Amino acid sequence: MAKQLGLLFDVTMCVGCGACYEACKAQNELPKTNDEPLKDHLSSETYTVVEQYGDVYTRKMCMHCTDPTCVSVCPVGAFEKTALGPVLYDADKCIGCRYCMQACPHRIPRYEWSSMNPRVRKCSMCYERVKEGLPTACAEVCPTGATQFGELDELIAIAKKRIEDNPDTYYPHIYGLEEAGGTNVLVLSPVPFEQLGYTANLPNKPLPTYTMAALDKIPSVVGIGGVFLAGMFWLTKRKNEIAQEEQKTNGNNSHEK
Amino acid sequence: MKNNLIKALTSKITFWSSVAAVIVAAGLYSTFLRFTQGLGGVTNLNDAFPWGLWIGFDILCGVGLAAGGFTICAVTHIFNIEKFKPLTRPAILTAFLGYVMVIVALMYDLGRPWAIWHAIIMWNTHSVMFEVAWCVMLYTTVLFLEFSPIMLERFRMKKTLRVLRMALIPIMIAGILLSTLHQSSLGSLYLIVPNKMHPLWWSMLLPVFFFLSAVSVGFAMVIFESYLSAKAFNHGLKLPLLSQIAGVMSVVLVVNLAAKFIDMAYTGDLPYLSVMGPETYLFYLEILIGTLIPVAILSVRKYRASNKWLYIAAVLTVAGFVLNRMNVSVTSLEASSSVPYFPTIYEISITLMLVVLGMWAFKFIVRNFPVFEAHEEQPKIIVDAKAFRESGWAMQNK
Repeated sequence: MAKQLGLLFDVTMCVGCGACYEACKAQNELPKTNDEPLKDHLSSETYTVVEQYGDVYTRKMCMHCTDPTCVSVCPVGAFEKTALGPVLYDADKCIGCRYCMQACPHRIPRYEWSSMNPRVRKCSMCYERVKEGLPTACAEVCPTGATQFGELDELIAIAKKRIEDNPDTYYPHIYGLEEAGGTNVLVLSPVPFEQLGYTANLPNKPLPTYTMAALDKIPSVVGIGGVFLAGMFWLTKRKNEIAQEEQKTNGNNSHEK
Repeated sequence: MKNNLIKALTSKITFWSSVAAVIVAAGLYSTFLRFTQGLGGVTNLNDAFPWGLWIGFDILCGVGLAAGGFTICAVTHIFNIEKFKPLTRPAILTAFLGYVMVIVALMYDLGRPWAIWHAIIMWNTHSVMFEVAWCVMLYTTVLFLEFSPIMLERFRMKKTLRVLRMALIPIMIAGILLSTLHQSSLGSLYLIVPNKMHPLWWSMLLPVFFFLSAVSVGFAMVIFESYLSAKAFNHGLKLPLLSQIAGVMSVVLVVNLAAKFIDMAYTGDLPYLSVMGPETYLFYLEILIGTLIPVAILSVRKYRASNKWLYIAAVLTVAGFVLNRMNVSVTSLEASSSVPYFPTIYEISITLMLVVLGMWAFKFIVRNFPVFEAHEEQPKIIVDAKAFRESGWAMQNK
């Protein structure tokens, strides 16, 4: 298996220039949605945003989970976790149930609500580019290196080293290392992550494990249930027959008397 | 005197039919909007709140309220308690129409309804939704087969009827298993949002609660519809049978409530009960009208033997069930989504239209097919309410 790719976003290095936002729009041929990039929010026409929280800036986009919830919940398998890491969506399979949106722990997928042929929209980590060895559009244009593209293992090492070397600068946590089983997008921040609008109450185990705990029981429900119901049918039928026969013989006896 | 009564009845019927007609007209207009403007044009759904009234009521409640179809089948055909057989056909008919309504509602809610068949060939066995889709598909077929003897009897197709009767027991066992699976799996749908859902409702036991509440509300619906159709079609109410059904329903309601509180104690969620807020009030309301009051009513023998009180208990159980499903699908998710959701008039009118169309279909089929009269050899124990009251059984309980 090829090495997993990912993105490292460092809040301390971001200057809020919005170059990533514009590059993403250009790369995905998305229309302009806001005059001020910093005031925009994710939509079916905006796959990444730069948000201002006081004097720091952070980015929001698909986190490309290691064990993605969207991949697990989609009834028709329209989502795919590629070997390289990006999580992709296939509109041709989609039936439009929106379970991916309901289930995504990071609240990322957006919907084309006013379309008559609506699709789910989200960042694809520039799959068409990265599979050719190019960096994502956002990482390529970032003037400060706040958004860094690379192999996931290396990015994790870099993130760990930054926290280790500058314990005063960073909040001592790499967001995405363990959240809901981990993500291919990692975030470093000077402040706790819930202050930057990240979901902070996520369990460390992948969310699909919750559903699998229930789905795993299906074979035994069917097996034991089937045998039980068939058995009950046979038993109660037999019981009714015996009762009827007894009634008959009793009836005959009393008649003879 | 008699003329007045008839007049009163007909005016009542015209009133309700005109209300129904208005609802259907509004629903048709909303349908037109839905399929010309898209979901965004008619619903209050948005990226932060992607599932609303249609999932909460039409799907979750629709499937649950149809649960009488499989519970009564289990009682009469698997446990072979023959005396309940007069209840089977109306229950199967309700269930079949309920599932048809659910599928129609899905056509509104899905963004790409024409692609619904993808679930048949594009498998994802890790998805609860996939499992639900297959179960609903197969169980609707099962319900059709379970209901088809009624049509075959009507058209006197004896050969087909004989073949079908031979396969009926395996079909019914399959139906009970499929129902057990998807009734509970509708709860499993929400297992994957532990971080979004209010802890009063999120639990690893959601599938168990969904199953138990479906069983109890299935019985409630049998009582509810027996009472109404006894009035509407002027046939006898099977009161002693319904009293016993209500007894079983109470037990299931109590078991479900006990399981809920034991689970909350076990997971340490009990303190949330004293955090006052809209969620807590709605949680208490759901338990009060859906479990405590009906169980209290039914614990009194006199009330259990009264068709009016049975009906009231059933209506409350149904209302509590609907509130529970709306709480799970809307209330519990509103706080974390940070946007309040309330359906638009269009969403509501489509839901109401589907309910009215279901009732019309029920009425039409009952009028034209032998639903309430069984053509199989069955013990004739259809007792009318008056005869029952005059019989010793009711007197004993006074």
